[in-house]
Amino acid sequence: MYAFEYLRANTLAEAGAMLANNPEAKLLAGGQTFIPTLKARLAQPSHLIDLAGIKELAGISVAAGAVTIGALTRHVEVANSAEVKKAIPALAALALEIGDQQVRNRGTIGGSVANNDPAADYPAAVLGLNATVITTKREIAADDFFQGMFTTALGEGEIITAIRFALPKRAAYSKFHHPASGYAMAASFVADTATGVRVAITGAGAAGVFRWKEAEAALGKSFSAAAIEGLKIDDSGCIADLHAGADYRAHLAAVMTKRAIQKITG
Amino acid sequence: MTKIAFTINGKQVSTQAEGRTLLVDLIRDELKLTGTHVGCDTSQCGCCTIQLNGSMIKACAMLAAQADGADIVTIEGLANGDKLHPVQQAFTECHGLQCGFCTPGMIMASVGILKDNPNPSDDDIVKGLEGNLCRCTGYVNIVKSVKRAAELMKA
Repeated sequence: MYAFEYLRANTLAEAGAMLANNPEAKLLAGGQTFIPTLKARLAQPSHLIDLAGIKELAGISVAAGAVTIGALTRHVEVANSAEVKKAIPALAALALEIGDQQVRNRGTIGGSVANNDPAADYPAAVLGLNATVITTKREIAADDFFQGMFTTALGEGEIITAIRFALPKRAAYSKFHHPASGYAMAASFVADTATGVRVAITGAGAAGVFRWKEAEAALGKSFSAAAIEGLKIDDSGCIADLHAGADYRAHLAAVMTKRAIQKITG
Repeated sequence: MTKIAFTINGKQVSTQAEGRTLLVDLIRDELKLTGTHVGCDTSQCGCCTIQLNGSMIKACAMLAAQADGADIVTIEGLANGDKLHPVQQAFTECHGLQCGFCTPGMIMASVGILKDNPNPSDDDIVKGLEGNLCRCTGYVNIVKSVKRAAELMKA
């Protein structure tokens, strides 16, 4: 790891000032992706600003047809939350599929969404459920938030404070785990929402999470696995690496979508 | 340097560390608690699993500075004098180890599984140990050990 200075922020204002004063600083949430990244010397921040002391960033609230999850809420808390399990069971189930026991005990939703790893789980839920990313400056719709691999709409000095998920009519997540890393080789979040059916694919796209709009249109007419039979994801934008080719990942994403639909329809 | 104070295996520690010092390196190099192992460089093997504020975590995926104020238990803190913790006892009885390198992490992760679920199925155990790699046993006797530990903890 390259050397950096470690700073603790106790309030959002303090964190904002630390960021403003140190243009090469990075924020630290749970660190389950970022610390391994630092260990591999893939990043060289001047300062790390630890957000763990900012109490207002943690916690889950359910009100007015929406679940709001504070940015520092750990995966284990979402997975075990009776409120989330009741309101959006697919979201609690997704949290339980992230990483492993140890990672879920440290990793946070805000960190995952801000990092926007192309194989991360939460971006699929945020995009699939048409969630709203709440920051220190504004509210950002999921469709505008994810802007490519490891790239988001977050601006300089902007900190995610919470994610708000409107309750869907029904939803499910289906994931094919990479057998060694546990990341998604391909995974699909299918949600029947107030504004229509949404299908978000993670793990497969070279530009990160994306919506499979052909499947959404077909499911809007008939919500069944049969409705997307024969539809194919264009593999020109899919990840190809030593684990799987682009064509395989595109196919796998379609299979995961069918399985997610079948989880809902039974 | 950042000042850090925490409790480890019931003892208070006050020290300081560079920002980039990993918690596992502080535990091993400075506190000389070398039961917590480092088996990889990518936070995948789980050999460094410790209990932090009641939850199992990987001490190599955390900075020492982040442990300020925490209550930590390492493998050295499990036994009660000469009496092994039930999970340690079960790994011994069921031959849940061969070379033993992954064992401290396996035992800590197993304690975590049993804390949340006193009656785990084979599937619960396999899922609970996803973050721990063993290159010797093929995991069969590790799963047996966790089941045996569940029995011992009820007795």
